[in-house]
Amino acid sequence: MATKLSKSIITVLLGAFSLMFLTPLVWMVSSAFKFEKDVMRFPIQWIPEKINFVYNFKSVWMGRVPFYDFYWNSLKVAIITTLITLLISTMSAYALTKLRFRGRHMIFLAMLSFMIIPDQATLIPRFLIIRWLGLYDTHAAIILMSMFSIYFTFLLRQFMSDISDEYLEAARIDGAGHLRTFFSIMIPLCRPVLATVAIIKFIWTWNDYQNPLIFLLSKKLYTIPLGITLFRDDYTNNYAIMMMAALSAIIPLLAIFIIMQKQVINGIALGGVKG
Amino acid sequence: MEVVKQTAGASHAAEAKKKFWTPSRREALVGWLFLIPEIVGMLLLNVFALGFSLYLSFSKWDMLSGLPGIEWIGLGNYKELFHDPAILEALKNNLLYTVMTVPIPIAIALVLAVVINNSGFLKSYFKVVFFIPYISSIIAIAAVWSALLHPSLGPVNQLLMQLGIDAPPKWLVDPKTSLLSIAIIGTWASLGYTIIIYTAGLTNISNEIYEASEIDGASPLKKFFRITVPLLRPTTFFLAITMLIGSFKVFDIISYLTEGGPNNSSTVLVYRIYEEGFRNYDMGYASAISWLLFAIIGIITAATWKLGKD
Repeated sequence: MATKLSKSIITVLLGAFSLMFLTPLVWMVSSAFKFEKDVMRFPIQWIPEKINFVYNFKSVWMGRVPFYDFYWNSLKVAIITTLITLLISTMSAYALTKLRFRGRHMIFLAMLSFMIIPDQATLIPRFLIIRWLGLYDTHAAIILMSMFSIYFTFLLRQFMSDISDEYLEAARIDGAGHLRTFFSIMIPLCRPVLATVAIIKFIWTWNDYQNPLIFLLSKKLYTIPLGITLFRDDYTNNYAIMMMAALSAIIPLLAIFIIMQKQVINGIALGGVKG
Repeated sequence: MEVVKQTAGASHAAEAKKKFWTPSRREALVGWLFLIPEIVGMLLLNVFALGFSLYLSFSKWDMLSGLPGIEWIGLGNYKELFHDPAILEALKNNLLYTVMTVPIPIAIALVLAVVINNSGFLKSYFKVVFFIPYISSIIAIAAVWSALLHPSLGPVNQLLMQLGIDAPPKWLVDPKTSLLSIAIIGTWASLGYTIIIYTAGLTNISNEIYEASEIDGASPLKKFFRITVPLLRPTTFFLAITMLIGSFKVFDIISYLTEGGPNNSSTVLVYRIYEEGFRNYDMGYASAISWLLFAIIGIITAATWKLGKD
């Protein structure tokens, strides 16, 4: 009896605590629907009396800040980066686990030791490299800076070393070359972990703020996180429009999260390091 | 295992010519080809970048003067570091931020994870609620919080005033509370991650241990401190290392919310790198700060590693 009572008390307390995490997001959603003069009104109107959704929506999506472009840019950069990262990391992991040759352990050790180098410690040379390559102010700069991921190589290596060599040997006996073994045997076997890695990489790239901030200049090329700063500067103190922009930035992530909750949570729990 | 010899001996030349591409040589070639993209990336973005930034850290260079403009000044930048009030402020803020965003969230998340784990049908609801801020764009989150924490109009302060607090904190715009506000927002945004990692750790503890202790009459509190906490040690260790490192890399929310201000009250090392490098074009000095950051992270990693091993 006593445990049942304490269990419900704990659940209620936890529920109250979880409200601290939910209310700012609910406030954002409700403000995105409001007239500016109602946003900061107190007590808070959780369900707005007067709806100004269309105006806010139009101001964000068809207004003077090209939010539509930011969306497209983010989508483009995140998808291309994710695909290239998957290819590079899968290839490396395959070579490190399933091909035997001298030097592969050395390469693996080098990767492990590079993992502790913080990105920010090499920010200045990265910037110079991008300038020398003539890629400053292009999406290619951001893609180039985020497509190498030792971390994902490491995760994939872990997964592949659990895959029995017999599958691959069977393919080779049938006369398949290395490329075919890789593409038609290894990649399909890795599908679950690849899906997880792809989702996580997509979310990180979508949310990346630092690389676009440093490598982009033209507003037309901005991705969403950087684009949000323009709303702050352009619509000073128009919080309804700001919240509409914030909501628009988060919605695709929420959709991914709701549809693929398990993969997202497992992917992070896999031993995740952010960024 | 066959060992591949990269250099074919001259005496075997005639023989080797015929059968140079033995299966193991072919495998080695394919292996290196598969690794080429990753190796090129590592050489460029790690080896070269680290070496070049080390060299720059001993130089004075504004970038606009081109490579010949790099002027060797020895330890000059490093000497300046320790007399630069902004750097000392950044170091202090980094330490404070770490204290605020590592031990406290770890403790909260541990308790929450245990409670959530026992909360039956609401389990997935709680997991999702705490996790949404983590996957959301941190800049969007920062935009929401900057409105919520608006000093005079924001809902947070209006609520505080309603509760009878006449002069609520000015949060992000007051030097006394700016770093604290950022720490609160940062913790709010990342607590879900910590909870998820702990929940994953909890599933590895077998129920039998708890059942055995229940037979011995252990109270829930005793179970928590005698079983859960010690058995989650590896998870706590992992979280401590990643969160410590992460806290020293904080940049995005500071750049968006306060730009290190007011009066450098929320500046941190990465923000100094950004400002010196990309605003003042003092590439040498920015590189020296980068190496200071790298050294600090290296020391922390090594120290935590050693502590965790014992």
